[in-house]
Amino acid sequence: MSTKEKTGWIVGGVLIVLYCLAPIAWIVSLSFKAPADLSNASFLPTTPSTENYATILTGNASELFLPALVNSFGICLIATFISCVLSMFAAYAIARLDFPGKKFILGTALAVAIFPVISIVTPLFNLWRQIGLYDTWPGLIIPYLSLTLPLSIWTMSAFFREIPWEMEQAAQVDGATTWQAFRKVIVPLAAPGVFTTAIIAFFIAWNDFVYGISLTSTSASRPVPAALGLFSGASQFEDPTGAIAAAAVIVTIPVVVLVLVFQRRIVAGLTNGAVKG
Amino acid sequence: MASIEMKNIVKKYGDGFPAVNDISLDIADGEFMILVGPSGCGKSTLLRMIVGLEDITSGDMVIGGDRVNDKAPRDRNLSMVFQNYALYPHMSVYENIAFPLRLAKTPDDKVDRLVKEAADVLELHEHLERKPANLSGGQRQRVAMGRAIVRQAEAFLFDEPLSNLDAKLRGQMRTEIARLQRRLGITTVYVTHDQTEAMTLGDRVCVLRKGSIQQVASPRELYEQPVNLFVAGFIGSPPMNFLPATVKGSTLETPFGNIDLDEERAAAVAGHELLLVGIRPEYFEDASLVDDAKKHVGTTFTAKVDVTEWLGDQQYAYIPYEAPDAIRTQLRDLSRELDSEELRTQAIVSIDASSRIREGRDAEFWLDLRKVHVFDPETGENLTRDAEAGAELTRMATEDREEQVAEAAGGLTGERSSGAA
Amino acid sequence: MSTTTSPPTPRTKAEPAPERHTSDRAKAERKLGWLLAGPALAVMLLVTAYPIAQAFYDSLFDYRLTDPENRSFTGLNNYLVVLTDQLWWRSIGVTALITVVTVAVELVLGFGLALVMNKALKAIRPVLRAAILIPYAVITVVSAFAWQFAFDINTGFINSWFVWLPGVDSTTDWFGDFGTSIFVVCLAEIWKTTPFISLLLLAGLAQVPEVLQEAAQVDGATWWQRMRKVTIPNMKAAIMVALLFRTLDAFRVFDSIFVMTAGANGTETVSFLAYRQTISRLEIGLGSAVSVLLFLTVVGIAFTFIKGFKVDLSQARGDS
Repeated sequence: MSTKEKTGWIVGGVLIVLYCLAPIAWIVSLSFKAPADLSNASFLPTTPSTENYATILTGNASELFLPALVNSFGICLIATFISCVLSMFAAYAIARLDFPGKKFILGTALAVAIFPVISIVTPLFNLWRQIGLYDTWPGLIIPYLSLTLPLSIWTMSAFFREIPWEMEQAAQVDGATTWQAFRKVIVPLAAPGVFTTAIIAFFIAWNDFVYGISLTSTSASRPVPAALGLFSGASQFEDPTGAIAAAAVIVTIPVVVLVLVFQRRIVAGLTNGAVKG
Repeated sequence: MASIEMKNIVKKYGDGFPAVNDISLDIADGEFMILVGPSGCGKSTLLRMIVGLEDITSGDMVIGGDRVNDKAPRDRNLSMVFQNYALYPHMSVYENIAFPLRLAKTPDDKVDRLVKEAADVLELHEHLERKPANLSGGQRQRVAMGRAIVRQAEAFLFDEPLSNLDAKLRGQMRTEIARLQRRLGITTVYVTHDQTEAMTLGDRVCVLRKGSIQQVASPRELYEQPVNLFVAGFIGSPPMNFLPATVKGSTLETPFGNIDLDEERAAAVAGHELLLVGIRPEYFEDASLVDDAKKHVGTTFTAKVDVTEWLGDQQYAYIPYEAPDAIRTQLRDLSRELDSEELRTQAIVSIDASSRIREGRDAEFWLDLRKVHVFDPETGENLTRDAEAGAELTRMATEDREEQVAEAAGGLTGERSSGAA
Repeated sequence: MSTTTSPPTPRTKAEPAPERHTSDRAKAERKLGWLLAGPALAVMLLVTAYPIAQAFYDSLFDYRLTDPENRSFTGLNNYLVVLTDQLWWRSIGVTALITVVTVAVELVLGFGLALVMNKALKAIRPVLRAAILIPYAVITVVSAFAWQFAFDINTGFINSWFVWLPGVDSTTDWFGDFGTSIFVVCLAEIWKTTPFISLLLLAGLAQVPEVLQEAAQVDGATWWQRMRKVTIPNMKAAIMVALLFRTLDAFRVFDSIFVMTAGANGTETVSFLAYRQTISRLEIGLGSAVSVLLFLTVVGIAFTFIKGFKVDLSQARGDS
């Protein structure tokens, strides 16, 4: 490859990286702007300040932000865990076992995945109020499963299919029961796929906004995106922009870390579940 | 160890297509049975029914006297080597081999002893701690074998175990499998589409076509007394040549001159008009290199050579000939069924490597008539098969085997009993 | 390979055989299958099928949460109200506009990204991959805020940076009218979801064997001809699947609208309308009717894609 071509690739690459990171860089920069700087009409703060972080972590916005952060982590992790366990069993059955109704399950997963969330939020809102799940953790965990389960089932089925079919038969011939074949052969081989699925499911739950604003009313269960979205209307005299930017940066950190550490797996998981030849 | 009996085994898929159709086959205790045939003949399905990975639609599968139709694979106590070896990638070689023992809750010290023994037999000692991904193809194959031999299985089943190896390694592993089977004297069923493996490994070979057995016999019998056109064409490489022939009394008129038949064969072909003469490539020879003393058992003819292939130790010549359309179509169908793509009607003849026959010229060939077979093109039946001679060949092979098994049993009791509990 | 082995595919095919002999093993397998897959299916049905049925039921009533006493059956009247209302048709129009614009741009941009990723030097590929995943992983709300603040008349830098463009000066209020608001919303959506499309397309690209490219090159095809005649036809399935998913996703756009415009200047989308009717105004009956209509629209789009464009969803499911 000639130097000219190489330079071309590098320039192209830099452009892509800039495109992907510019808005993130902007919100980070914004989060370090002091209130006086907010309207300075330039990208960078004149003097970086951590004032905004102080506001949301220890200041008067902290009682809004910190519980939301705890809620987000707790609800998303529990929802991810449940959907991974359920979809692991389902995906194993779909990929490995011969039983009628397989197509129906996959079809349902597909239908649920394209479901407009807003359509079911109203009845859930009603029902949750009646049975006392409104504004509670389980009240969000359950609907989150509708977001994470379909994708988890596909992604994991795709991973499970890649495990050579012969492997399990070999285990059976070697004297294993179906359960033993699953536990001793399939689970260790499937672990990377399950892990990848968990990351993607976590992203999806973490990203939720509609359920968050509709099914919660207080800091008892309101997750960060919902808190952020409704923050502008909070009873604050100063401009909430800086605080929102700082909070946005904090909730972005976990996903960025996950992306940096597991990028290869995430790509495999996303493409595996969606397109498979 | 056990015998395997199959009685009227049928396997039908949902569309009603019988992948295996009414197969009855007895495999004796300690016998090495080969299931061979072109793709789609049902050989692997049959093997998978023996091991229990495939349901049996009807018929009885009896292993060691027990009907096992409804038994799960784990209850049949068979061991199997898969085509892709099916090694567990997350376990070391040691744990792969130990896996069946672990499932059977064998105590650790015994597991260790048995695995080490198997590793000795297969020379896997230095690889025991490695993962399958870091092994070469041949080593993986040996690990798969190790997992099969480590426990006292009733029988070994092989599903095209060598098809993923390169030619040289395949030859070595073939010998290795033969040696191991003789040593352990264990009943073995081996599926392959490679006829070299079929001929060299098997005590008996079962040739399958479209789910039905064509012939079950020793390799020699298959080669010398094939029961029909299909078996004759399938066994042997390069394949048997089939020349169109018209019957004129006791003479067959072929593109390569007339063939006079002896009384017995003349009687067998009486009443037919158009026939196929099956001649193996090595029945031909460059006429100038044939001993005068031998010449009278054959016939000489002149033909134009299209292409020659000199291989060092032998030489092949390709001689095109004309055939009636009906025969041409039939031969094409047959070759397609045998997984090959024969485009033209030509005879492949094997001649001595020293022959100076040249391409594009006429040359004189000699044809040994003693072993020539005549087939009915309608039914494919071999009209000149000598059943008695064939049976004799197989009987001799069986005697050989029994002798070997007895020897192996004598030499091995000490070694095996230390492993057996 | 010439095996007669009939692993998964024929086995599945064999499955609906009427007079199939079912051994204990096959029976146990069926039981286990339902035992394992059942819970996931039940949860999925419970959290979607039940609420949508409930939504349909609610939509038949004149029902306001602030006034539960006066709940009365009105039949399809709510639908009539919605479908004759300017608001509904306007929100459908806005949603369709956003969907068409973003999906079209994303497809082109995503394809470009995929091509670069596919061909990029080994050394920079991990960097590109990580970078491209960031927009995908960032919360939509955060992305919406970032873009909103950037264009905001007070806090933004866009006005001062792009002052050289005609019509842009320090007093340009991007969220002041419909056209510019939608423009910024689309920008944010495109930025956030292009990576997803490009990853799907990248997977499709990877499925086109390199030798096909080489063969076409030897046959004398230019880069553009190879793209049009070899690459794209061979990844059609991947393109259609990406298109289907993104279209359905874009049609449900809500978060960005909520954060950036809150429906001002006629930028209300269908999802936002449904939300406003129920959660804010507590008009359960009317809101449910909007929800059901949105659901039916999405089903219609999916159906059109699957039947009309013959999208092979078995590809999407990895159901090979």
